[in-house]
Amino acid sequence: MQGLLERYNFLFRSTRGLVLVALALIALVTAIWGMLSGPMADLGLRDLVVRLTGMVLEPAEREGRIILLYHAIALAIVAIEVYLISARVPMRAPERAHINATITVGYLAAMIGGLGFGYFGHNWILHGIFIAGQSLVFFAGILFAAALNPWRAEYRAPNPAYASWRGIDLERAAFFTMAVATLGSALFGAIPGSFFGNGFTVFLAEDTIREVGKTPFQLAVIGHLHIMLTLVAIALALLVGRWFDFKGRLHKIAMPLMIAGTITISLGAWFVVPFREIAHTIIYVGSVGVLLAALFLVIFGFDKLIRENLAARQIAQANLAQKFRALIEDPVKFGALWQMVYMNFVVTFIGIFMALQLSRVMRVWPHREERITLTGHWHILASIIATIIILYYADLIGLQGRVRKWFGWLIVIPSNIAFGAAALFSTKRLYVTESAQQPLVDAIMLTLDAALATVLIALAALMVWRLIDLFKRNGKWAQEAREEVAE
Amino acid sequence: MNSDRRPPTADARSQITDNRQRVAGICVALLAIALAACASAQTSALPKFDTGVDPESWATIPAGEFLFGQQSERVKVDYAFEMMVTDVTNAQYARYLNRALADAKVKIVNRQIVGAYPGDAFTGYRHEKKIEAGDKLHLVVGAPDLRIVYDGASFHAKPEYANHPAVAITWFGAKAYCEYFGWRLPSEIEWEKAARGTDGRAYPWGDAIAKNQANSYNSLDPFERGIGAQGDTTPVGFYNGKTYAGYATRDAQSAYGLYDMAGNVWQWTGEVYKGTHYRYLRGGSKQNYEYNLRVWTRNSAEPDYYAASVGFRCARGK
Repeated sequence: MQGLLERYNFLFRSTRGLVLVALALIALVTAIWGMLSGPMADLGLRDLVVRLTGMVLEPAEREGRIILLYHAIALAIVAIEVYLISARVPMRAPERAHINATITVGYLAAMIGGLGFGYFGHNWILHGIFIAGQSLVFFAGILFAAALNPWRAEYRAPNPAYASWRGIDLERAAFFTMAVATLGSALFGAIPGSFFGNGFTVFLAEDTIREVGKTPFQLAVIGHLHIMLTLVAIALALLVGRWFDFKGRLHKIAMPLMIAGTITISLGAWFVVPFREIAHTIIYVGSVGVLLAALFLVIFGFDKLIRENLAARQIAQANLAQKFRALIEDPVKFGALWQMVYMNFVVTFIGIFMALQLSRVMRVWPHREERITLTGHWHILASIIATIIILYYADLIGLQGRVRKWFGWLIVIPSNIAFGAAALFSTKRLYVTESAQQPLVDAIMLTLDAALATVLIALAALMVWRLIDLFKRNGKWAQEAREEVAE
Repeated sequence: MNSDRRPPTADARSQITDNRQRVAGICVALLAIALAACASAQTSALPKFDTGVDPESWATIPAGEFLFGQQSERVKVDYAFEMMVTDVTNAQYARYLNRALADAKVKIVNRQIVGAYPGDAFTGYRHEKKIEAGDKLHLVVGAPDLRIVYDGASFHAKPEYANHPAVAITWFGAKAYCEYFGWRLPSEIEWEKAARGTDGRAYPWGDAIAKNQANSYNSLDPFERGIGAQGDTTPVGFYNGKTYAGYATRDAQSAYGLYDMAGNVWQWTGEVYKGTHYRYLRGGSKQNYEYNLRVWTRNSAEPDYYAASVGFRCARGK
């Protein structure tokens, strides 16, 4: 009994344990639900999963199921970010405990209730649990924003090495801004979402892209999904900054940009409803701020990695090759920053290109082709976010030595190949016609699936190792629990 | 453990060179085999099947309510109409071209078949393009995806594709075909009612789909062999319960007896909506996964778009 209690305390009361539970659940959901589409479905695994689990997949409810699945995973990701931020950013211990407890119950309820309702018949109690779970996550968000309040006396007058303004810690203010913007953006989707068929009529934004005369509620839902993913990315960028102890001159430029960018992008997304004509311009302006802030973080981080690794190897005057080697010495830390750089190639630059060439490229393609580009675009972004979180977790649990290197590179290299392949796939109509595409599609899909499988196997190996470890009396979990108590 | 770091002898160098040449030779041979396989895949003979379904036949769709769209809204079509049982075939379209050319309804300009179109009303809505009056593209003679050939005097369908749906025809070309015979392209509502019947089903035949029920991506039909998952078009009415060279199909008729209302090729519908220059397509195609074959799924493209996965059928009566 004592052993069970200790494990419960580790899994549900320590940061590492909470992140582990959420990551494991996401991995489990990805493993099972990933069988329902794409190559796994072609191999017949969908039918097997449906038979074994008793899923009920009504064709008319596909979009509704997908939205429930997105929310189940997204809320777990949000919870992970909250755990990590609450561990890194100073806040009162009882507040941290309340936030973590509330969001944990919330995302678990939303995940179990949402997936249960969507995929296993329509048990209305499960739907209620899904709604209650989301409400709890929102309530945890309010507590979280309050705890991050940068005007509190105890958090004023920060270390001068970090950005501040009139005694306010600007990094804390950036976290606070992100939290408040997330709360507003959640409402921005939740309230209009509940309007559609009393919450039971759904649509996927990519299906309505060419619809003439979208309603304000449709626009709000479309704005919601865009800004939520953006804010998840902003939260992660801030978190990576904390991980690298981002400070100094670049920090002082980056944090105001991050705050202004977050506010501007959020307003832009909200303005899609009343001022659609100018909303995108506002979003672009805000994006420049956020992307520049992230760029400064990457510059700082790369420089820090080089300096620290050269110092560790006692090299005073390094040549270019030595600097490069120092940069990539630790794939876990390098990878987290590199993924932010790579994102620009496979998401941002393609997005800008498509936006600039809209009338000459995507809009002359059939809608289904445009849809592939749109969904590819945000799937890549969401997956990049996931890989950075995995790398962060690998560092958090202290992977060392060869295991750290193997794990890091197994996440970074195959994921980069997969994202590159996905970007090629989603833009294939730029360079191949429909009839001639098969060899290219086959090659891309094979590459993409093999690369993604490698990433997922690496993640699965990590999860299995942690699961086995939980059965050990004095395993790594116990050590982590002790460390956390000490911290 | 000692490692031999002496330079290789002349014999050994010759052996290394031989080995390298052998490896290179094997690589070239493998590449050649792969290329030959690709080439043969592209040019492999297309199977020819007689489905027994008459592409000249029409089905009557009675007046009345039906459940429309993904949300199954009740919509009433207060008139009976007829719709082609199959997509227009290449043979049919080639015959039409010869007649329409002779009647000067269409003309060949720079290896394009064009015909007059009165233009659309323009509202200036976001991303809307002007479709002005004038000659519009119906098809490009010699386009790789076109299954109809022009010998300088007349058009005829490629024999192996004669009973396959006519593809690579623009919306203008599809509309012109129907109107030439006094028919029209179906509206989206008409199309969906014809596909779905009145019971709100997701596919023309019911609520579940099997691979041998429609020509979709990786549906493993005989026309995918040697080509890949996107395959090729299947003859109209192919999925009728018959077995073709060992490949057993399921009968995929709609409630009103129409074939290929899911998969094979997207089908142009007739409406010109205010505020957009796009034309809408229904049914999904050989390029798509099954969920795109649900009866309410919409696709859209510019009216001069043409592809190997886009065809049409006509409606008449009102």
